Amino acid sequence: MDSFRDKLDRQLAAAFPALAAAADMPVLALAGNQALAAARRLRDEFGFDMLSSVTAVDWPQRAPRFDVVWHFYSTRSFARLRMKAQVGVDDPQVDSLLPLYGAAAFMERECHEMFGIGFRGNPDLRPILMYEGFVGYPLRKDYAKTHEQPLVPYREQPPAGRPAQEP
Amino acid sequence: MDTRLPNPVRPAFGASSDDTVVVNIGPSHPATHGTVQIIAELSGEKVLRVDVHCGYLHRGFEKECEAHTWHNLIPYVDRLNYCSALINDFAYCDTVERLMAIEITPRCRYLRTLLAEYSRIADHMTCVAAALMELGAMTAFLYLVTIRDQIYEHLADLTGARLTYSYGRIGGLARDLPPGWLERLEKILADCDVFLGRVHGLVDRNRIFIDRMRNVGTIGAAEAIHWGYTGPMLRASGAPRDLRKDVPYLAYAELEFEVPVGIIGDNYDRYYVRMREIDESIHMIRQLVDLLEDKGQGPIEVDDRRCSFPPKERVYGEIESLINHFKLVIDGPRVPAGEVYVAHEAANGELGFYAVSTGGAGPYRLHVRSPSFVHMGGIHRMLENYQLADLVPTFGSVNMIGGECDR
Repeated sequence: MDSFRDKLDRQLAAAFPALAAAADMPVLALAGNQALAAARRLRDEFGFDMLSSVTAVDWPQRAPRFDVVWHFYSTRSFARLRMKAQVGVDDPQVDSLLPLYGAAAFMERECHEMFGIGFRGNPDLRPILMYEGFVGYPLRKDYAKTHEQPLVPYREQPPAGRPAQEP
Repeated sequence: MDTRLPNPVRPAFGASSDDTVVVNIGPSHPATHGTVQIIAELSGEKVLRVDVHCGYLHRGFEKECEAHTWHNLIPYVDRLNYCSALINDFAYCDTVERLMAIEITPRCRYLRTLLAEYSRIADHMTCVAAALMELGAMTAFLYLVTIRDQIYEHLADLTGARLTYSYGRIGGLARDLPPGWLERLEKILADCDVFLGRVHGLVDRNRIFIDRMRNVGTIGAAEAIHWGYTGPMLRASGAPRDLRKDVPYLAYAELEFEVPVGIIGDNYDRYYVRMREIDESIHMIRQLVDLLEDKGQGPIEVDDRRCSFPPKERVYGEIESLINHFKLVIDGPRVPAGEVYVAHEAANGELGFYAVSTGGAGPYRLHVRSPSFVHMGGIHRMLENYQLADLVPTFGSVNMIGGECDR
């Protein structure tokens, strides 16, 4: 089993020179517009047939600001792989993996509403955990945790003297 | 004054012809025993298209996690899948322990495995009981809930709570077993066997049950993988994939157990796979009781001042331990910078935690890969082209848990 995994790792490293080792799994860093092509190779040549998660990490001090993170799993070799793409805040666009994995549909919708990441090729990026009309991207670091946008208006005005909501 | 509120969801479709009608089911509806909304286009009673909306239980879990220390998140992760909160606890603690490069003690490892399997029994029973009740099988429901309640009481004896235990600790567990706990465990497992036999007798070959469950909500293995299905949902489709077997963690490598699989991935298979998994969990727990006896003596917590609280008597007696305690409570455990993705086989499937640490007091980012959310992404494949009434057993067989799905 181990030799099989070593072989897979070697083949992966040969196919993707950017592949780096991390403590838990190999990490593949690439540009956002290479995601679909890389994922297609990962699925078809290396057996990563399951998309485990799509998410993002916000680094406000850094340019480009976001890491979009995909986790893949192979139900044949039980290998995992993490793929990362950096995108800037001005045009946060990466490829959608919807043509390859149905699971991407909901995960990309969540990532889009939480971080404002656009997924090229996903026609349905409606909110899924949040609601229509929600303003802003709640998991970005500049969205204050205490900021409220009640869908149902509060019954009473807050008493005078209470500090105003931060923007 | 116009008191109507804007619609929080935008349906993906309207009626496609004059013969069809679009109906809204949920988010609070007897057919959806979680807060989920299903917008369905019907032709007569046949479901043509389905648009699933979740998020009605969204609490901003991931945002909230960024504002607390690593320790303080344990009660929050309890509230993801509240039917088997201990599995969430242990998966989360494992994530932090990997970041800190901590190896837990053998007793802790066996106890966590035992309690995870015990929780799995309770979770599967909840799912099967609710699904059966929705089909009118009240007796089977009461049998299963009777046992589940014994398990809850028994876990309350250990942890102090029936549902949200907050029992995991980074590097260990909150407390060791109280006296007599394992003896009571064996009594409950024996009861469990009896009651499971009764449920099998009531429904397995029941004509009504088979008619409602067989060949309904079918999904094949390849398609299940395409939609990211894991856990009993995937195994019911015939793929013997189980993280406990494939990439063993905790003490699963030392246990002997089977991975039950279904045949075609219909509701009946999902029911049966869950029932068989309960059997396997009971088998594992009995092995773990022996392992605890043989190899699992000793402390339940690692002796690591970065995360373990010093004993109370020393906190009151010496300044170093007092400072240690204070720093752990106020500043939280020190977790080195890094990122890790840890997946455990939860009762519903792969529960993954993706944690990013920058060396601060709490996570910089914590993402939960929750099985229920992923399952909701593909459930339309199991609802479309069946009858409207089939929605109830199919949805029941998925065991969607709102707390975990919506986070």
